[in-house]
Amino acid sequence: MIGIEHYIVVSAILFVLGVVGIFLNRKNIIIILMAIELILLAVNLNLVAFSAFLGDLTGQIFAMFVLAVAASEAAIGLAILVIYFRGRGTIAVDSVDRLKG
Amino acid sequence: MDYAASFYIIAPELMLTGAALILLLVAAWVRDAAKLATIAAVVALFGATFWTGHLLLDPSFDQGADAFGGLYRMDDFGSVAKLLIYLATIACLVVTPRFFDRRGAYRAEYPVLLLLNAVGMGMMVSAVDLMTLYIGLELSSLSSYVLASFLRDDTKSSEAGLKYFILGALASGIILYGMSLVYGFSGSTQYAGIRLAFADGLSTGALFGVVFVLAGLAFKIAAVPFHMWTPDVYEGAPTPVTAFFASAPKVAAVAMLVRMAIDAFGAQIDAWQQIVIFAAMASIVVGALGAIGQENLKRVLAYSSINNVGFILIGLAAATPSGVSAVLIYLAIYVAMTIGAFVAVLMLRDRDGEQLETFTDIAGLSTVRPALALSVAMLMFSLAGIPPLFGFWGKFVVFQAAVQADMLVLAAIGIAASVIGAFYYIKFVKVMFFDEPVREAEIHSPAGHWVVLGICVLIISPLGYLLTPWLGAIADSAAAALFTVV
Repeated sequence: MIGIEHYIVVSAILFVLGVVGIFLNRKNIIIILMAIELILLAVNLNLVAFSAFLGDLTGQIFAMFVLAVAASEAAIGLAILVIYFRGRGTIAVDSVDRLKG
Repeated sequence: MDYAASFYIIAPELMLTGAALILLLVAAWVRDAAKLATIAAVVALFGATFWTGHLLLDPSFDQGADAFGGLYRMDDFGSVAKLLIYLATIACLVVTPRFFDRRGAYRAEYPVLLLLNAVGMGMMVSAVDLMTLYIGLELSSLSSYVLASFLRDDTKSSEAGLKYFILGALASGIILYGMSLVYGFSGSTQYAGIRLAFADGLSTGALFGVVFVLAGLAFKIAAVPFHMWTPDVYEGAPTPVTAFFASAPKVAAVAMLVRMAIDAFGAQIDAWQQIVIFAAMASIVVGALGAIGQENLKRVLAYSSINNVGFILIGLAAATPSGVSAVLIYLAIYVAMTIGAFVAVLMLRDRDGEQLETFTDIAGLSTVRPALALSVAMLMFSLAGIPPLFGFWGKFVVFQAAVQADMLVLAAIGIAASVIGAFYYIKFVKVMFFDEPVREAEIHSPAGHWVVLGICVLIISPLGYLLTPWLGAIADSAAAALFTVV
């Protein structure tokens, strides 16, 4: 029997994968965007699982909002990435080093 | 509560949204609409300010009111925060066009983004439901990312935008994950429901949720240990945008954090108090030490803002009405100081119109521009909290609240670190007044810049103390509004 714990564990694993993906990846900024999506999907899984478990619709409505915002976030992220690429000609993570203290 | 009443309450946001959408169309179809859009945006922001002021003073709303079935709450706390946000946004918008015009990069989209940002910030401070909060937060964050990279041809600006976007999206993800846990373990997204569910104990899952939410919010207000992005973004973003980042969104994020901590998590103060105390202490110390050795003025001011957030968090850590009132007073003074400081940096140009952004550049400024140098000196002394200036009052009320809540150690560390912080504030004065000039500064600045700088300097001057009874009364009633919900 699959219970709420299984969903929470899967979503926790997805969340950690997303966070690790942002910090351990040294290659490509697109991968960071994918990791961010992964985090948001982990959240959605959590919300929907809790919503079904609690018998309360709010979580599913929340998940809809998160989906919409995730789409606009990806759009803005890619737009900024395009400007960055135009200026620098690369999207390697290590190239993001103009600003340092 | 019927819909008409709800719309009456959210009229400031409606006004700004309507203006933003119309201006977006104008920007798409009308050539060279930048100036028109800027004026219209300032008018809309003033309209929203007056409406918020009207709601604040209207006696029939003394107890506040809920809109849309408890998704949104209008009370004195939200209204005061919104007044600060709108006024700071207006000040930042007024000084913007000249900066971009010199690079030929000013576009009508800029005021539109600022308006949408203001709508998001207004929602953030008024939200009493996790969903409203999230939408407001993202509306504000997403437009901020675009603003940071607004100078498209400048690699520094686009890199600032990229860094801000990646770390901001990560923070949103962390907040959201925390929210999903809070929802799952309390069964409600409304603050009142969460509070009720947390009243009889906090399960481990819910505790994780609270910690995640606070960690994400700490990022948004740039509190240590989530402050790494601040100096980079503040340095890379165009200066008027930096001025905006340091003022209005900071007010919104702090107000949102305060409302969440006191209202939603108010039944479990012990769970978050220690986190806030740690973040406050670490921010004050890192903000004070980090600025030492920085050469770029915008980076120094970024560390100064981290330092100031630490002081603000002391007020929240007290978790008392006087602490929240101190937070609002400090925020009001901080906004005047930080906008003044950034506008002064904006006014520093050489004869060719290049910005002067480092300590070497402003050496000997007092010989060429005595009035500007004097203004900067006053702002820096005020940021350092040196008595005759108004910045002292903000620190005083915060420490007073901490001492009343028996947090002597926190207050002592805060005072010690602010002495260290005084080092780099005074470095400004030393460099400007006692060093030999290196670069020739432009003598003239636009009138709009002088007006904003003049107002800021007037507020932080000793004359500001005339405001204390009024400011204190308004902050007290705002703090009381948050605690009567209890």
